[in-house]
Amino acid sequence: MSRPSDHIDSAPPAPINQPELGLVGYARFFWRQLTSMRTALFLLLLLALAAIPGSLVPQRSSDPNGVVQYFESNPGLAPVLDAVQLFDVYGSVWFSAIYLLLFVSLIGCVIPRTAHHLKALRSRPPRTPARLERLEAFTVREIPTTSGLSTTDAPSPAEAIESARELLASRRYRVEEYEVRGAPSVSAERGYLRETGNLVFHTALLGVLVSVGLGGSFAYNGQKVIIEGAPFVHVLGSYDSFNPGRFFDETDLEPFVLTLDRFDVDYEEFNLNAYGRPGNFRASVTARYPSGEESSGVVQVNHPFEVGGTKVYLLGNGYAPTITVRDGEGNIAFNRAVPFLPQDAELTSLGVIKAPDAVPEQLGMIGFFYPTAGLLSTGAYASAHADLLDPLLTLRVYTGDLGLDDGIPISVFTLDTDDLTEIVGGDSGVESIELRPGETAELPDGLGSVTFESMTADPGPGNWAGSVKRFASFDVHYNPAEWGALTFAILALLGLLCSLFVPRRRVWVKAAELAGGGIRLEYAGLARGEDPGLADAVAELADTHRDMVKR
Amino acid sequence: MTEQLASAALVAIYSAMAVYAIAFVFFAVDLAKRSSAREPVAAAATGQLGAFEGSVAVAERVGTATEARTSKVSRLERVGFALTVLAWLLHLAGAVLRGLANGHVPWSNMFEFSLVMSLALTTVFLVVQFWQKLSYLGTYATGASLIVLGVGTVNFYVEVTPLHDSLQSVWIIIHVGVAILATSFFALGAGLSLLQLLQARREANPEGSRLGFLRTIPDSVALESLAYRTIVVGFVLWTFTLIAGAIWAERAWGRFWGWDTKEVWTFIIWVIYAGYIHARATRGWRGAPSAWLSIIGIAAVIFNYTIVNLFFKGLHAYSGL
Repeated sequence: MSRPSDHIDSAPPAPINQPELGLVGYARFFWRQLTSMRTALFLLLLLALAAIPGSLVPQRSSDPNGVVQYFESNPGLAPVLDAVQLFDVYGSVWFSAIYLLLFVSLIGCVIPRTAHHLKALRSRPPRTPARLERLEAFTVREIPTTSGLSTTDAPSPAEAIESARELLASRRYRVEEYEVRGAPSVSAERGYLRETGNLVFHTALLGVLVSVGLGGSFAYNGQKVIIEGAPFVHVLGSYDSFNPGRFFDETDLEPFVLTLDRFDVDYEEFNLNAYGRPGNFRASVTARYPSGEESSGVVQVNHPFEVGGTKVYLLGNGYAPTITVRDGEGNIAFNRAVPFLPQDAELTSLGVIKAPDAVPEQLGMIGFFYPTAGLLSTGAYASAHADLLDPLLTLRVYTGDLGLDDGIPISVFTLDTDDLTEIVGGDSGVESIELRPGETAELPDGLGSVTFESMTADPGPGNWAGSVKRFASFDVHYNPAEWGALTFAILALLGLLCSLFVPRRRVWVKAAELAGGGIRLEYAGLARGEDPGLADAVAELADTHRDMVKR
Repeated sequence: MTEQLASAALVAIYSAMAVYAIAFVFFAVDLAKRSSAREPVAAAATGQLGAFEGSVAVAERVGTATEARTSKVSRLERVGFALTVLAWLLHLAGAVLRGLANGHVPWSNMFEFSLVMSLALTTVFLVVQFWQKLSYLGTYATGASLIVLGVGTVNFYVEVTPLHDSLQSVWIIIHVGVAILATSFFALGAGLSLLQLLQARREANPEGSRLGFLRTIPDSVALESLAYRTIVVGFVLWTFTLIAGAIWAERAWGRFWGWDTKEVWTFIIWVIYAGYIHARATRGWRGAPSAWLSIIGIAAVIFNYTIVNLFFKGLHAYSGL
């Protein structure tokens, strides 16, 4: 049957006579073990078990920050877990081994079964068994001549079988007539779609794996913070962070420029349980191609923007105050919008400003921005609402060597204050600078001034809207595996439906003459695979046929 | 308006819980009565060697007694069913009112998941009666619904809040709705598997069993077949859930699969039930081993809906708590 010997429908094994096995013999033995149902079952359950650790421990693929935090909070345990690839479970050696073995087992099973099924599709239904009464779904209908039919009207066995054949054919059975011990009979089979569906399902799973593997190697994704009005040129160096597939090459990036025109948010004002909650984020973007073509769109949650073969998704957002720093000589040492990273839901944000070109001393600043400043009882500030209702920027200023000339890459979002002198805020003795949009503050010792620029002409209480730029962070994805994986997944689902719900049956009808006149009709059925409705189906067929014959 | 609708929903939910509890009692008493009904066969056997008239008399008495008990038993069951239908109506009203209060489908946080999941379980249990009479599962179905609904309402209740941006998609109806329906079929199948195990143990040792009601329900092979047919429907729905979830993930997060904790557990559940179907096609694995796989499967489903939602970090953090 080309099924594994331990499949429930296979014949039970004969008593074991163990011969001497050579190398080929052992190879065949291992192959048969690998492709047996029991092995597939064990591998499946093992796969389920092996997937569990990936949900207990942070994974690099889905939570890289969590992994870093885990290393910090468990310095002893983390390296041990890393050594067994517990932070990369789904790409690990042991997890891959399980599903690869499972797929080898699958292939080894599907190929012979496909060959057998193709043969079965072309063959005729089998001969009628000699003793139908031994089959599970067996039933008899007798039509004696005394039941109101005259002898001339009584049907002959051959006629009865002819009508049975027509009935079965009308029910989409494949039929064949045979003679069994002198009695005419018809053998019928239907439900080949069940096995077809089964094979399609298993092959489609393989298709999903291959799509994901192949397509994923050419995939990439990257993240980028874009400030309102600023352009993002699509080259590798522009990205803030980037994850390429194995076969990715820089030149694969489609050329385009993406500009964030504006970023809009709505804040919940009616429902007091969620007052102030931001929603309906809309990032209006425009993409420009080398050909001069432009396309605009809005990036929203659940609605990515398609550009250059990639899809752009909205991640986070925040404020980017525009700061101008003038140095001791009055020249502008720094002038741009700086993304401040949100620290909480009300967008209390933290930012770093580095002015290495300031003369006589390099200047570094750590700032807090509060879109709606509120004073806490401790004397510290916090933001009370994420909208621009009462913006305030506070700054601590440092001088010294910022370390940018050492040639070592440093994050733009951190300032190492160990070697710097604090001149404003903190322990310096001077109060932290507090600025509203449009205000300027002088630095001590004639070191310069710092201005918090306003984007609107007339900022003031009640009129702050739009005075500070916003930024949005975007996630750019490219994955050629998507359509392949989806197609195979849908094929798998359709195959599954057929393989579970289409009954595969063989039905036999035999007619014999009764001793006292009339005919005896025997019906039997056999199911290939699960078929709880077999007995009912055969009984219903028997009743319908008996009524047909009586007429 | 929202407040009133939400309060009305709570009233309906608490009423439904009360009626579930009463229905549960009726079903439980029904099972107890089935257990206490003496076997007519045993009674006749005792009279076999004795006086012929005596045994006949005994048989007659037992016959009428069981007849009387049969009609009383089915009356308890019928009351139980009627109460379950009433509880279902109240439960449905609660869910609909909550949905109206929300302005969106009522399954956006842990409380609402519990509300709709228990409703789906009762719905599937009642609808399945048109296909097969599974009245002996009444205790299990009403008890499970009551526990899920009760724990959800008491522990996870939250006020109505607007739907997060990330959930504002047609996929919340497709993906989450089908998932909830699938788990109901898995739960029903697990109940049948549990009964199958009890029945198999009783079949191995008929005298030692104290669960007499098992006499009145189908044998373990029939129960296993019923469990299989139920679980298979759940499996197809779960496969669809997985695919729909992947499609939505691509829309929302940029990738159709990222091994997020909930994605992992959905996958684990799928693999366990795939293992269940494979087990029933493997020699030596029908019967008790398959039943255990079904129960492990529902345990994984429960773990997915509780521990993963509440304690595990991930992109699926919509518990609302």
